[in-house]
Amino acid sequence: MQKTAGLIKKRALELLADGTVTKVLGWEEGDFIYDVTPAFFDKETIDSLVFSSFCGSNLSKYLIKACKEQTEGKILVFLKPCDTFSFNQLLTEHRIDREKVYVVGVECKGMLDIEKIKALGINGVTKVIDNGESLNIKTIYGEKTCERSEVLLEKCTTCKSKELVVFDEVLGEKAENENSQDRFAQVAALEAMTTEERYAFWQGELSKCIRCNACRNVCPACSCMKCVFDNIQSGVASKSNADTFEEKMFHIIRAFHVAGRCTDCGECSRVCPQGIPLHLLNRKFIKDINELYGDYQAGEEAGSRAPLVNFTFDDAEPSVIHERGNS
Amino acid sequence: MQRIGVFVCWCGSNIAATVDVDAVVEAVKNEPGVCFAKNYQYMCSEAGQALIKDAIKEHNLTGIVVCSCSPRMHEATFRKTAEQAGLNPYMVEIANIREHCSWIHKDMKEATEKAVILARAAIAKVNLNAPLQAGESAVTKRALVIGGGIAGLQSAIDIADAGYPVDIVEKSPTIGGKMAQLDKTFPTLDCAACILTPKMVEAAQHPNITLYTYSEVEEVKGFVGNFNVKIKKKARFVDSTKCTGCAVCTAKCPSRKGGNEFNCNLDTRGAVYIPFAQAVPNVATIDTERCIHFKTGKCGICQKVCSAGAIDFEQKDEFIEEKYGAIVVATGFEILDVTKFDEFQYTKHPDVVTSLELERIMNAAGPTKGTLLRMSNKEHPHDIVFIQCVGSRGNTCRDKTYCSKICCMYTAKHAMLIREKYPDVNVHVFYIDVRTPGKNFDEFYRRAVEQYNVDYIKGMVGKVWEKENGRLAVQGVDLISNRRIMLETDMVVLAAAIQPSKGVRNIATMLTASIDTNDFLTEAHPKLRPVESPTAGVFLSGVCQGPKDIPETVSQAGAAAVKVVGLLAKDKLVTNPCTATPNELMCNGCSSCARVCPYGAIDYVEKEVNDHGKREVRRLATVNSALCQGCGACTVACPSGAMDLKGFSNRQIMAEVDAICR
Repeated sequence: MQKTAGLIKKRALELLADGTVTKVLGWEEGDFIYDVTPAFFDKETIDSLVFSSFCGSNLSKYLIKACKEQTEGKILVFLKPCDTFSFNQLLTEHRIDREKVYVVGVECKGMLDIEKIKALGINGVTKVIDNGESLNIKTIYGEKTCERSEVLLEKCTTCKSKELVVFDEVLGEKAENENSQDRFAQVAALEAMTTEERYAFWQGELSKCIRCNACRNVCPACSCMKCVFDNIQSGVASKSNADTFEEKMFHIIRAFHVAGRCTDCGECSRVCPQGIPLHLLNRKFIKDINELYGDYQAGEEAGSRAPLVNFTFDDAEPSVIHERGNS
Repeated sequence: MQRIGVFVCWCGSNIAATVDVDAVVEAVKNEPGVCFAKNYQYMCSEAGQALIKDAIKEHNLTGIVVCSCSPRMHEATFRKTAEQAGLNPYMVEIANIREHCSWIHKDMKEATEKAVILARAAIAKVNLNAPLQAGESAVTKRALVIGGGIAGLQSAIDIADAGYPVDIVEKSPTIGGKMAQLDKTFPTLDCAACILTPKMVEAAQHPNITLYTYSEVEEVKGFVGNFNVKIKKKARFVDSTKCTGCAVCTAKCPSRKGGNEFNCNLDTRGAVYIPFAQAVPNVATIDTERCIHFKTGKCGICQKVCSAGAIDFEQKDEFIEEKYGAIVVATGFEILDVTKFDEFQYTKHPDVVTSLELERIMNAAGPTKGTLLRMSNKEHPHDIVFIQCVGSRGNTCRDKTYCSKICCMYTAKHAMLIREKYPDVNVHVFYIDVRTPGKNFDEFYRRAVEQYNVDYIKGMVGKVWEKENGRLAVQGVDLISNRRIMLETDMVVLAAAIQPSKGVRNIATMLTASIDTNDFLTEAHPKLRPVESPTAGVFLSGVCQGPKDIPETVSQAGAAAVKVVGLLAKDKLVTNPCTATPNELMCNGCSSCARVCPYGAIDYVEKEVNDHGKREVRRLATVNSALCQGCGACTVACPSGAMDLKGFSNRQIMAEVDAICR
């Protein structure tokens, strides 16, 4: 990990220096080492660029605005395998301009969740030495160790792919996707519930929502010029809640809006301050699409036609879908 | 604010018997925008329309709601009424309180409540309606007929005779269809070929008809008056401009093991073949799946013996693109696969045949040269049992629920022809009912029974099995004498159900024409528009719409042709003004709408927008309103809600939903 961080910094400097790019989209450290946020850099500020096991955030969406503003030269962006899916999906939807971006794919073994580290009783983290298997964590209370697999981000425990689906060059060592769990297992568990149980589950989860809009703002699929929830014409904006569960409408509408376009990057759940497993709503759609229309992953291929906006002669009959909905 | 008038129709007792029309009028009077409400016995009558016109003028109405039957019945009527009173016709909304309410409810209180809700939704919509202007589109004066059987030929000839060019696309190497396989036709017993081949020749020689045989429709785009169709002319591997139809190649071809489809696989044909003697065009076709040259690279005998040099192993599929104003679907039928009915031993015993196979056995050009023989030993049969309704009128998953309509008559025909030609053969017919409505049909059937002594047994056959002597045992039931029957016979003939051709699903999908659960194409109205598909510009001819015999098929084919001619005679069509329009400030340029548009009406432009003072160039959707048919697919595909449909805007629909849920 430390080696990759060095390579990333080196490449950024080189590409800025030789004029391949004029701007860099990467991550910078905050007050704490695990407090890493996306940031743009130029020649003057590039020193602040970091890469660590806390770089879970997906940088693709920031390119929408950046591409519009970029008049000359390219933007260098560092994308992990899962982020490349979002990048491709944005290309499919004509939201970003491939010509304006130089993609450096960064191989990934899964990123870490500071909350999970804290939950192990490891507080005051000042440095993490990541050898790829276990972590040596320096804290203000002394040195601690733990297994990497114990503290992976939720989205990384069910990693969909270690393949970089789009890149101009690649850095780091290719990782295997062997330890990842079945990403549809939790959805299957929800499907196995009775309607009442499932309703209760979602009522419990979605009632926690404080409508901070973080999920929407981070979601690479939520990139509308004007979101329906901000559109006073739509009749759903600026409505006050009658009860705590009314936010279900927000989440269900959002899930429908990104259905067939969601790349399952897991950012919605990662940024949710209330810990709502929002990705399960989107994953349910992905699972249904796979089962009804054959395997399809948005973003796997730029320009692909999602089953929901496509028609083929072997599409499932509406009656089949209807019957399935009733079961 | 709109000034809305609400007109509640009784439709005689159709509505008024179940819906309290006075209560509906009272209830809607206080709805926002409503300044007039009245009920009347027949709103569609002259007097009813006058009432509407007077109210529009007297109360300065800006919009009206008619609570009546389905908009499919009278929307056009009331739009014209409004227009005559000086109102824009698109300021009219229909609340369907008949089909959607009075006809399906019994309880007056509930039905009245629902009628009020439906009226309220329509009022909420009219409040947001805006006047719309219809445009015009040109008509391509050329028709396409899909299918070259008797239905397609008749439609094509009638359209061509009216002076319009017609193209026939036929998937097999020759036109003629199923009728070409028939021996004689009921009820007059004239030979099928004798009456069909003149039609085939007429179509082939008609200056207005172009035949595309061995061709298939690959892609259909566009809409009524302006269809763009891609036709695939499959490679025959024979140059049809050189082939003289001398049939030397077909005789010399060494690959002779495969079945001859024209004779229902009762005999074989070469890999290079002409389906039958009167085939049009009389040109050979190479079946690449059987051809030794295509399988091994060797042989090539046909090429050597062809004096015209017509064999071309390098020939490629050809694609033709053509514009049409109207399309006639005449894809016909096929025989139900009877292998699922193995209690009748069809797959096990060669003497159990379908009726179409019997047609070929009885035909002079058939596998037995027209002599009735058992297929097992080529001996003369002494007893024949016919089993009716095999796969028709059933309620299990292997059956069709409908009556195939032609079987009673052709079975009577077969029975009569056999008794006439071979008086020594005993003929038994097992039937559920004998259905012979039609001119001279019942007389025909009675002749079979009374004059030719055909033994009709009311009842079904339970099973058939082979006896040790090679003959067939038939176990059935006679419902009239209520006893079980055992017969020994030489042949069993199954009157198998007919079903739409398999390809019709693809064709219907390409044309966005609807089909029913049996894959028959649906009519625009089962009684009043029987030859039109609900998709404008698409017409139905023959069995693709439902089971029918030759006389009926020919009548329907002519009717479809008249509808096509009526359309092609117009220079301009009035277009639907309810088209899609994108809100430029909300459009993401994501292409979702263009991907789902079935008419190719959506394009993208790079355009500068002024978004509340912020000027920037964006990729934006634009709709060609001449191509847009207002289906609304784009409005639901648009993630940001930028795409909206005039006359059915998102706001209008939400207002209707809100009014219903209030």
